[in-house]
Amino acid sequence: MALTSATGSAVSLPAHPAPKKGLWGWINKRLPVTEFISEQLTGYYAPKNFNIWYFFGSLALLVLVLQLVTGIFLTMFYKPGELTSFDSVQFIMREVDYGWLIRYLHSTGASAFFIVVYLHMFRAFLYGSYKPPRELLWLFGMAVYLALMAEAFMGYVLPWGNMSFWGAQVIVNLFGTIPGIGPGLVEWIRGDYGIADATLNRFFALHVAALPLALLLLVVLHLVALRRSGSNNPDGIEIKEHPGPDGKPLDGIPFHPYYTVKDIVGVGVFFVLFAIVVFFVPTFGGLFLESPNFEPANPLSTPEHIAPVWYFTPFYAILRAVPDQRLGALLMLLAVAAFLFVPWLDRSPVKSMRYRGWMSRTALTLFALSFVALGYLGLQPAEGLYVLLARIFATIYFLFFALMPLYSSIDKVKPVPERVTYHAH
Amino acid sequence: MADHAAVADGEIDLSRRKFLTRAVIATGAVGAVFAAVPFIESWSPSERARAQGAPTQLDLSKLEPGQMAMPVWRRQPIYVVRRTADMLSRIAGHDSELKDPNSESSNQPPYAKNPVRSRTPEFLVVIGICTHLGCLPKQRFEKGELYPSWPGGFFCPCHGSRFDLAGRVFDGSPASINLNIPPYSYPNPTTLLIGADEKGVT
Amino acid sequence: MRTEARERLRAARLAVFVLAAALGAGVLPAQEAAENAQAGKFGADWQSWQADTDVTDMASVQRGARNFVSYCLGCHSLKYEHWSRLGQDLSIPNGLLEKDLLPPGDKTTDYILTSMPAADAANWFGKTPPDLSLMARARTHDYLYQFLTTFYVDPTRQTGANNLRLPTAAMPHVLSELEGLKSAVFHEGPKAGGGTEQVFDHFEQIAPGRLSAAEYDGFVRDTVNFLDYVSDPTQTARRGLGLWVVLFLLVFTWLAWLVKREYWKDVH
Repeated sequence: MALTSATGSAVSLPAHPAPKKGLWGWINKRLPVTEFISEQLTGYYAPKNFNIWYFFGSLALLVLVLQLVTGIFLTMFYKPGELTSFDSVQFIMREVDYGWLIRYLHSTGASAFFIVVYLHMFRAFLYGSYKPPRELLWLFGMAVYLALMAEAFMGYVLPWGNMSFWGAQVIVNLFGTIPGIGPGLVEWIRGDYGIADATLNRFFALHVAALPLALLLLVVLHLVALRRSGSNNPDGIEIKEHPGPDGKPLDGIPFHPYYTVKDIVGVGVFFVLFAIVVFFVPTFGGLFLESPNFEPANPLSTPEHIAPVWYFTPFYAILRAVPDQRLGALLMLLAVAAFLFVPWLDRSPVKSMRYRGWMSRTALTLFALSFVALGYLGLQPAEGLYVLLARIFATIYFLFFALMPLYSSIDKVKPVPERVTYHAH
Repeated sequence: MADHAAVADGEIDLSRRKFLTRAVIATGAVGAVFAAVPFIESWSPSERARAQGAPTQLDLSKLEPGQMAMPVWRRQPIYVVRRTADMLSRIAGHDSELKDPNSESSNQPPYAKNPVRSRTPEFLVVIGICTHLGCLPKQRFEKGELYPSWPGGFFCPCHGSRFDLAGRVFDGSPASINLNIPPYSYPNPTTLLIGADEKGVT
Repeated sequence: MRTEARERLRAARLAVFVLAAALGAGVLPAQEAAENAQAGKFGADWQSWQADTDVTDMASVQRGARNFVSYCLGCHSLKYEHWSRLGQDLSIPNGLLEKDLLPPGDKTTDYILTSMPAADAANWFGKTPPDLSLMARARTHDYLYQFLTTFYVDPTRQTGANNLRLPTAAMPHVLSELEGLKSAVFHEGPKAGGGTEQVFDHFEQIAPGRLSAAEYDGFVRDTVNFLDYVSDPTQTARRGLGLWVVLFLLVFTWLAWLVKREYWKDVH
């Protein structure tokens, strides 16, 4: 291993020889366990200059596991059905021992998932992690994001509160804007003439079984693609281009133990913040658990403000910014789809923002600002100044993508160093 | 690249490293165990189950002599038999044919560990679940109903276990202990309360 | 080095901007209400009245429970809560529960249900009185406090009363015997989009109730406190457990950080 102390003397860590004897040897003859560990963990070299933006991938995996476990336990007590769903959630909250905790872990986990995923995606924009050869990695990531949005949407319908019902009503009706097949499609999705028991039950099946399987598959593909290309890093340099005498990248360090111990710190910090929310502010001011949802679904009474949960509001704001329903739906779809094209829209010769010029940096800052602003606007009623602001920010949002081929190619770039910038910590 | 860190040269303190790693793993393991507790606890009977499992009351004045009532307590059928004098006389006299005539190995509260296996001779209160594999035994209270020397009692159709009018198991039955007795008490002479006695609510 | 610092600065500036925008939005309406209240008009600032609940004040929640059973249970149920759970959480022994709170015929293991048939209620009041188990979470406790303190006499309505928090409420002024009767005085105000409309000015007490103003206020606060408890009975346990969990996690994270720092001494 190419590890040296500051004076240049070689440092060797205790080696892990492949075991041949005993139970462990018996298993390894039949299942490549030690090979997996040495190839994927101790033998996988990741860039040594990962910064704070690199915690969110492992955290996303953690939250996925958390949601799966808490979700399975919720399914043991939840009863899907328009007459039983709401009551069964109260049963979990009040009558199942620690049911309230399992429920809050799951509801907070959903929001935490999106916070982590959005920060994870932002990292890709900061350092050009979607550029060749990582385009497929990015696309699998986008597929995970899309599956996640579907999963979260369906999950929110399950408690069958009033916001569950009306949120489902609005979003399913969006499909009606598709020319020709729209109305038929909406009825087919609903399974009834309005959002009903049929809709709830099929969303339950998809949320509990189908989408989690899809998510797991996509996450595995995402990780396999990552393994193939290797991780990017904040300098945007390909560390494999500078191997040491042992063939390992000079700027790389084994994932295990260095990033396993570092990621555990990330996990700790995450859990502290997560626990504070779960135990002290689980509704998070109505952002994570909206107050209309504490009333049962009522097809005859719309809540004053229908807003999706916060993680959908940027796109919701774009939908409402457009005065035409069909065009609004199309633009909302485009707002999500635009991400898919980024590897090909970005023409910069350089990956990382560190070495890009003022145009790219300004564009990214404005985009991030617009995303947050649109998120806030999506929670407000669509009237007055809010509408104007939504239109302004939506325009900036789309310009970020539309003009990217232009500003990314004419922008002045700084010389990219040969080796990564690293400071011991 | 200039090195700004002030790490001691060549000094990788392996023992400190091992100690800290072990400390983290130990703390993590403790945390994992505590984290598992809510999930495991969630499987305990819920508040609703506990409420439904509260003591059951039965009005004894409605029960005719020789008859059996079957209230439910904690999802189990309870056989409440109002034994006649004749039925009581048929409890004695066949101790040699019983596996556990004095209820030494069987389950009952202290007030039911007597020849009639109940608080008062008149009422028998047993859990109507065969102690073999859980079927519900059928009442065969008449003398000679099963065979000439049958003193009366219960017969389980699943595998043929036989119990007498005090719920005690006969030799030759697959069941090995007498029918279980639940905790019960009489808040007043005509009311039976199953699931609560001197020790409180079960 | 410089690029990382600049990135952090950019993020901080963004955060400050968003925060400032969010904070600025809430300051203006409260000022106007406070000015009105200072002018000596009772009720002018009703929209800023707060419930100030404290579910750890056991005595208050117990009084609230008693208030609920006496004045609300006639029409409203708490169908997700067991009587026994109430007794447990509020430290009311079963005997006392049965004697003072339980309606005759109910068992402690029953859910808290109203004896009023829903169909009849819908007939009499126009809509079924809603279950109140979650009302404090669906509406907020401030809403409930304002609802119970802004009833006023309105002869144009079938119930003879109206409410500022929920205009044209189907619920009659059930607590009028305690609070007394008050009327609402309106003044002409401009309407958005032209013209004028009646704007609430202040209340005027017409007839006293059995309780003084301060006593009634305490009555309402206790009741809202109770409803706050019922809407989230596990909240006290949750916060108590949370403290230990967060402390443990802080210790764990600190240890993990020490391990990380130790291992990363290798990396240069």
